[in-house]
Amino acid sequence: MSAPDAAVTLAGVSFSYGDAPVLEGVDLEVAQGEFLGLVGPNAGGKSTLLKLILGLLEPQAGQVLVLGRPPSEARRLLGYVPQYPGFPRDFPITVEQVVLMGRLGLGTGWRRWVGGWSAADRTAARAALVEVQAADLAQRQIGTLSGGQLQRVLVARALVGEPRLLILDEPTANIDQRMEGEIFDLLRVLNARLTILVVSHDVGFISAYVGRVACLNRTLVCHTTEAIDGQVIHDLYREDVRRVAHRHTH
Amino acid sequence: MNEFITALGHHAFLQTALAAGLLAALGCGVIGTFVVVKRITFLAGGIAHSVLGGMGAALYFGLDPLGGALGAALVSALLIGWVRLRWSAQEDTLIGALWAIGMAVGILFIAKTPGYTGDLMSYLFGNILLVPAQDLWVMAALDALLLAVVWACYRQFLAVSFDEELAALRGVPVTFFYLLLLCLVAVTVVLLIQVVGLILVIALLTLPAAIAGHWVHTLGRIMLLATLLGAVFTSAGLALAYAPDLPAGPTMILLAGGAYVASALAMGLVQRRRARRRAVGD
Repeated sequence: MSAPDAAVTLAGVSFSYGDAPVLEGVDLEVAQGEFLGLVGPNAGGKSTLLKLILGLLEPQAGQVLVLGRPPSEARRLLGYVPQYPGFPRDFPITVEQVVLMGRLGLGTGWRRWVGGWSAADRTAARAALVEVQAADLAQRQIGTLSGGQLQRVLVARALVGEPRLLILDEPTANIDQRMEGEIFDLLRVLNARLTILVVSHDVGFISAYVGRVACLNRTLVCHTTEAIDGQVIHDLYREDVRRVAHRHTH
Repeated sequence: MNEFITALGHHAFLQTALAAGLLAALGCGVIGTFVVVKRITFLAGGIAHSVLGGMGAALYFGLDPLGGALGAALVSALLIGWVRLRWSAQEDTLIGALWAIGMAVGILFIAKTPGYTGDLMSYLFGNILLVPAQDLWVMAALDALLLAVVWACYRQFLAVSFDEELAALRGVPVTFFYLLLLCLVAVTVVLLIQVVGLILVIALLTLPAAIAGHWVHTLGRIMLLATLLGAVFTSAGLALAYAPDLPAGPTMILLAGGAYVASALAMGLVQRRRARRRAVGD
């Protein structure tokens, strides 16, 4: 039924919190190398879908496969950028140490779990920071970063574990528009070697970057980016969204 | 102060007390740092107070109170950790209940132990001058255990303290390391009870790390500075208390508390000046 080399396969996946259904009969296949945008209204189930793929939640019905195996076994092959970082901003830690934590679980033998970071870990952390153009921030305390800088660091933390699939939840929700473009330009470069799945509330913006858009409001419909028009947005949000023509000058 | 230094040369019990203070400072610096950054002071308080149950039971059955304290601290650490993981909605009520129940059990045991009732005060408020010399070896061994575990699993403790979701995604068994951290807190509490008693443990566990956190901004440096501060507070408290014959534990705590208030005020001043300079610079 599913291609053996798919990055992510969801088949008939349903999930509810208590009595409230969040996802119903969702089928989705993300091919390797794809750049997929996942859009939909708030509370439409986007973050829940990501948590199912990450293996942080179990579906009540259906099956989730990530890189051909159950999510809990694929975790270390994933890089994840959360919408809200799960840490207090005043935690006493440098950017370099935050990025290094993305290396946990790598390494061989007893060194995987015992003792400090290896030289290879530190080299990888430096390379990841260079890749997101944040090398100069390495020794900064995490609480002193701006929203855009923090987002770059979180992308570096997701990249440092050498993932095959990068998952981002609203990566540009807390930063300004110029930064938004820079983050997506970076993702486009990364897409040359990684499968990318990005959640956004802004269907107009991401369709300029991604190859395919999956629209999620409890159920899921996929579109190629050329096919996104007023009718699609209407169906998705169930109300007339006033569409504003943007003219970006770059 | 001079009087203390002269006396230190002559009295073995003072040397033992000084060594006990320094050994306790090591534990409070390293583990206190995790307690402060992970914001589990209330959990640590629950562990500390319910230890009285184990000490009371050990006394009643004629066992070593230090061993009883260690056992009780580990049991209450696991119980409190389980409560926090399983019933997080009522976490504070349940931990408060464990806190009080542990103390009540201890007081009943101590009341029914013939000949020991007078010692209740020294469990509650500690008496560093009465630490038996052989307990120093136990304290040193516990310190060595703490340092070894923290060294071996530093990355996991850092990840679990910093970002539990990321730790889980990277395959770290979060629950295991959370409970292990609480067990290390329990061991530290037992170290500190020797010095300041279980009522005052929380202050010595958290204040040095909290002060250090004002001025340095990585976990390793906070641990180092907090250990040094802990050593200063226990040693200076002991020295200041000697001549006027004050209880040493409360003297140490007042020193630490005073230093914390001074540090917080100085920190506020520095931040305000920095903000003003930035405003002018813009």
